[in-house]
Amino acid sequence: MLSCNIKGVSNGFPLRIEAGKVIEKEVDFNPDFLKHMFAKIEWKALVEGARSMGYAELPEDSPDATVLDSGDETFLRKLHHALLELHLEEGALVCPETGRKFPVNKGIPNMLLHEDEV
Amino acid sequence: MKLKQLEGLLGDLQQFSNPKVELEQYPTGPHIASRMLFTAENSYGDISDKVVADFGCGCGTLSAAAALLDASYVMGFDIDPQSLETATLNAEELEVEIDFVQCDITNLELKGQIVDTAVMNPPFGTRKKGADMEFLSAAMKVASQAVYSLHKTSTREHIKRAALRDFNAKSAEVLCELQYDLPKLYKFHKRKEVDIAVDLWRFEPRQN
Repeated sequence: MLSCNIKGVSNGFPLRIEAGKVIEKEVDFNPDFLKHMFAKIEWKALVEGARSMGYAELPEDSPDATVLDSGDETFLRKLHHALLELHLEEGALVCPETGRKFPVNKGIPNMLLHEDEV
Repeated sequence: MKLKQLEGLLGDLQQFSNPKVELEQYPTGPHIASRMLFTAENSYGDISDKVVADFGCGCGTLSAAAALLDASYVMGFDIDPQSLETATLNAEELEVEIDFVQCDITNLELKGQIVDTAVMNPPFGTRKKGADMEFLSAAMKVASQAVYSLHKTSTREHIKRAALRDFNAKSAEVLCELQYDLPKLYKFHKRKEVDIAVDLWRFEPRQN
C-alpha cells in the first residue's frame, strides 16, 4: 500500500514489507506529481518495497533525473505503478533493526507501539 | 469544484458512531471542513497537486475534502481503528484515494519531507491538557509548506507564541474565526448544542 508504508517509520528505515495480499488499483497518471515525488523518495526503499509486493520492473539504481523529461514515459509509468497502484491489503511492515512487525489489515497499517516501546 | 458542492459532498459522510471522549472525538462539520480546505486551495494553492496529511483524521472529513480538491496524494493518521474503518468507507463512497495509517501522532516519524501540507482538527486539549500542542508540534515537523489547524479562540496568544518559539514556525496567522457547533455527544454535555469560537490557523514551517 503505497510509499507511505515504505516511508512511515517508527524506529528504523526502511520498513520491510511482508506481503500477504496485494491488490492493484488503477490510478490516474500524473507525470508532474511523479517528478515531484521522485526528488523526495528514497529510491532503494521503493525498489525493495515494490519487489516484496511482486513488482520487479524498477531499475536497481536510481536513474538520472534527465529520464523524467526525456519524453519517454516508460520509466514514469513504472514509477507510477510502484508508487500509486500497488496496495498492501494484508500483511505486515517489519522494522529492519528490531524485527518488530506492524500488522496491516484491510490496507491500514497499525503503527501503534506497546507501552514498553514508547 | 464550488464551495457549496464540496460542502454538500462532505455532508453525506458518516461520522463517529460511538465517539470516544478520551480522544476528544468531535466530528468536523461539513461547513467548517469545506471552508478550511477551500481557503487553503483558493487563497494559497496548498492542496491541489500536493501531498496532504491529515492528523487525527477521525472519520476522514478533512482528508476527503483534500482529495476532492485534487490533492495528488492524501494520508490520514489516527489512533482509533473504528474511526479509520469509517474513514475508509467514506473514501470508498466518494471514490477518492486516501491511505490511512493507525498510529499515535506523538511518536510518529516520517522519513524525509514528503508531506507538503498538513490539515487537522486536533483535540482542543480540554480533556487531555496539551493534546492540541502535541498535534501542532507533530504537524510542524512533517509538513514542508503549510499547516492548517483549528484551535479554540481562547488559546490564540498561547498558540501563536508556542508556534513561533517552540515549533519552528516562520509565520502563524489566524485566517478567520469560526463557530464550531458541538452537538450534544457525551453524557457530561449539559446543553443540547453549544457554539464555541475557534480560529482557523495557517502556519508556515521554516525550511530546514
